[in-house]
Amino acid sequence: MLEEMVFAGFGGQGVLSMGTILAYAAMKEGKNVSWMPSYGPEMRGGTANCMVNISDKEISSPIVNEYDMAVVLNLPSLHKFESNVKQNGILIWESSTIKEKPKRKDIKTYGIPALKIAAEELKNIKVMNMVVLGALLQINNDLVKKESVLLALKETLPERHHHLIPLNEKALILGGRLVKQ
Amino acid sequence: MGEIKLMKGNEALAEAAIRAGLQGYFGYPITPQSEVVEYLAREEPKHNYVLLQAESEVAAVNMLYGAGGAGARVMTTTSSPGFSLMQEGISYIACAQIPCLFANIVRGGPGLGTIQPSQSDYFQATKGGGHGDYHLIVLAPNSVQEMVDHVYLGFELADKYRSPAMLLSDGAIGQMMEKVQLPDPIEYKPDKPWATTGKKPGQERNYLTSLYIQPEEMEEKNIELQAKFKKIEENEVRFEEYKTDDAKIIIVSFGLSSRISKKSVDMAREAGLKVGLFRPITVWPFPANKIADIAARKQVNFFISIEMNAGQMVEDVKLAVNGKKPVYFYGRMGGIIPTPKEILTAVQARSRS
Repeated sequence: MLEEMVFAGFGGQGVLSMGTILAYAAMKEGKNVSWMPSYGPEMRGGTANCMVNISDKEISSPIVNEYDMAVVLNLPSLHKFESNVKQNGILIWESSTIKEKPKRKDIKTYGIPALKIAAEELKNIKVMNMVVLGALLQINNDLVKKESVLLALKETLPERHHHLIPLNEKALILGGRLVKQ
Repeated sequence: MGEIKLMKGNEALAEAAIRAGLQGYFGYPITPQSEVVEYLAREEPKHNYVLLQAESEVAAVNMLYGAGGAGARVMTTTSSPGFSLMQEGISYIACAQIPCLFANIVRGGPGLGTIQPSQSDYFQATKGGGHGDYHLIVLAPNSVQEMVDHVYLGFELADKYRSPAMLLSDGAIGQMMEKVQLPDPIEYKPDKPWATTGKKPGQERNYLTSLYIQPEEMEEKNIELQAKFKKIEENEVRFEEYKTDDAKIIIVSFGLSSRISKKSVDMAREAGLKVGLFRPITVWPFPANKIADIAARKQVNFFISIEMNAGQMVEDVKLAVNGKKPVYFYGRMGGIIPTPKEILTAVQARSRS
């Protein structure tokens, strides 16, 4: 199995940490992972992204042309990455921020109003990325176990933020429910 | 073996240096390498090494010269423009035969250039870099794991040959995270009778210098150095082969571009094209003999060197192939990373022509 993914959005939306938590969770399950951030000047105020590969075999290139799954949290990222999703691949987009719908018909698209849920139901827009991750885990449910993601949260968050773990967990659950509905 | 962690290449390099018994780090921050000094600064209170942010790369390299001369296990890390500034000191260190470790987390040049990954410092790394006839032992890691392994190996080879060694890495490997297995820490006990640690009564004075004003002495020093380089060339060549046994086309690639090329090899095989990858792990000493062996194989049609520069290692490949087979080149410059598909297209274009 090899899953090639990209997470993209504005700097500050939590795309890099979303990718990190997923990569960490997969590593905890004994898989090989690579996480490659964009670290160029585009990070300041513009879009940030990270490419994450998860595989049970050795990962050759950390850089790929096309993605099994793209997660986009802003319009420039939708424009940039929609065309690079593999046929029958998955595109997850944040539908309360992005007002344009994806155009492609040969991929599966999921509009997730994660920002709205984070603001209205969780009263903290910072966990928006965890709502998206919850949805992702529901859509691609054999990628990593939810317990591994919770473990990843615990081990990657600095201790001083550990009181936020229950909120993040709730965000993951709500995100998952958005897909079920 | 030690812990499994998810780490950035730069952090892994720093952690490996600590575990390998680092005693002194002297450096100056520069993107995309700064995590090394940040990590070492954060960990410093728990360990016994000296960490010093120098006023410039010129100062840092000379601190390395001094501390390394006193027998300490020392390292500096930088990125391209910083490595250029260090060249004078490195030439002195090579002549005075001081073991120490450099890492160049290469970014696109020339000039101040870009902060994006590149391999355009290959010439500088493998041909000496500064003035005079010398080489560094140059390891080219292509994963976060090798950023760890090559620190251990680099320190070891530096001590073994009393020579500066270096990691020729790049911004992408420095910034990306992968799973790493960290080796157990070692207790470093330097065995360096030549080091300037203070003359004891009745003992000859240890003297480290790169100044030999009499040409006869200078030539003698050069002969000694060349004999050492020859020994390194004989004993320390390292490389990796991937599906080269039956290959008609050989991609030669190092560092990050070898990772991307590996995927291109698989894509080519799926398309029915017999491509293999030859990856120098030591770019100096260069695995020229092995490449010559492969060039002599009947089924091999051509070589193509894939690099993130304007074509530098391709010259060493050509020297090794020595006209037996065509040697082509494909590369991207200025911080642009080629995609696996792009490399495949370049290979296919040559295979049709």
